[in-house]
Amino acid sequence: MPTFVYMTRCDGCGHCVDICPSDIMHIDKKYRRALNIEPNMCWECYSCVKACPHQAIDVRGYADFAPLGHSVRVLRDERKGTIAWRVKFRDGRVKNFLSPITTKPWGSEIPDFRNEAAPTQEERDSELLAFEPEAIRLDDGGLHTLESNGLELKEGVYY
Amino acid sequence: MDITTTPIAALAENGIAWADMQMYVSVMIASVIVMTIADLLHKKSATYFFQAADKAEELLAAGEAESSIGNEKGRLKQLSAGDKVNALVGTVAVDVATAGEFSNGPRRLVHIFTMWGFVLFVAATAMIIYGEAQTTTLATAWNIGAIMLLVGSWGYWFAFKVDCQAEGQSIFQIDLRKDIFSLGLMGTSLAALGWTYTGGGTGGWFIFLIISTTALFGSVYWSKFSHMFFKPMAAYNKRIIEANGTNENLPHETRDMEWQQNRHSMELLKDAPMDMGLGIKREAPKHY
Repeated sequence: MPTFVYMTRCDGCGHCVDICPSDIMHIDKKYRRALNIEPNMCWECYSCVKACPHQAIDVRGYADFAPLGHSVRVLRDERKGTIAWRVKFRDGRVKNFLSPITTKPWGSEIPDFRNEAAPTQEERDSELLAFEPEAIRLDDGGLHTLESNGLELKEGVYY
Repeated sequence: MDITTTPIAALAENGIAWADMQMYVSVMIASVIVMTIADLLHKKSATYFFQAADKAEELLAAGEAESSIGNEKGRLKQLSAGDKVNALVGTVAVDVATAGEFSNGPRRLVHIFTMWGFVLFVAATAMIIYGEAQTTTLATAWNIGAIMLLVGSWGYWFAFKVDCQAEGQSIFQIDLRKDIFSLGLMGTSLAALGWTYTGGGTGGWFIFLIISTTALFGSVYWSKFSHMFFKPMAAYNKRIIEANGTNENLPHETRDMEWQQNRHSMELLKDAPMDMGLGIKREAPKHY
């Protein structure tokens, strides 16, 4: 079941709009709260559920770990660097999980990939990159960007 | 501009009787009450809140769950009358008085200006008209309320409409149904200050003021006016479920708990600072 928003908890901040990889979380123009505009394209990745600062979005868990009648709630605390899951099954049993989501403070010790050397011909021919797509092995002329492909990012939402 | 006086008293002396003004204000108040109730019934908001409260009661009655991982025993709490009073006080003092729903500072400030400006302005107007007397205090409150409402409502329109800030919609794309509340507030504040600044009377500014206030109070059923009354209920409900432990089944385990810090999957954070800074929350979501 796709994501849905608890309108009483939502304040229309737009974090879910920003993070949705399918670009289907938007702000309802009338209520000015978040809304899933295309439920059948939602793949329940939990990005918006985790990104919401008010825990205003909920989604049904995948059936492989959460059979019918369950509740799955997640709380991402980026200050503490943890993500907590609480799965409640229909027989009343509860499982709680807490895991790290970063090991270094945010924004620190980010590798500078720009200045990393491109793979050498030897590396491209080696076992390590043998079955990787040409784009990753940089066989077809460097990284693809919007600019290199003559494209432009259009601002705003069109629906 | 003299903020210690308003043109309302002069109006009573020059053509519009206090009784007529009182009738107008009474009709506006009745309109708000009737339309808010009609909106509540139509949206079934009260039904939702009572159902949510019943659900939380069921969870409490079911007792603590068996948990294979985590600490569930003794977490749920039946709230006393004192706990509920605390929640009510917190709701009024923080969520209502300081617009606690908003985590964004500037947005919260704009709502505080709008809300308190509106309350001051409307209360002062009603007290002047029903009291049939305009004291300096009431007149000053009226003017300050109107100025706060102007700053808040116009600031909101140009800088804080979420569908514009988070999605790049044009602020000039007006839909009466969704914007009548904001436009009514903007019109009322501008008209009130224009009316007082130009010396009062029953000219253009006065007509603009009557049109704005009638549109504002007469469109409650279709506008977002009634959310002013829903929000405190939602805030109170949130405090209650946090206090009784049900909290819509949200997780309660945190890194602050010592037994969590010592678990094997949390080893990676053993030497990390407790405050890891901000990641996606570092910037406002304006990446459209």
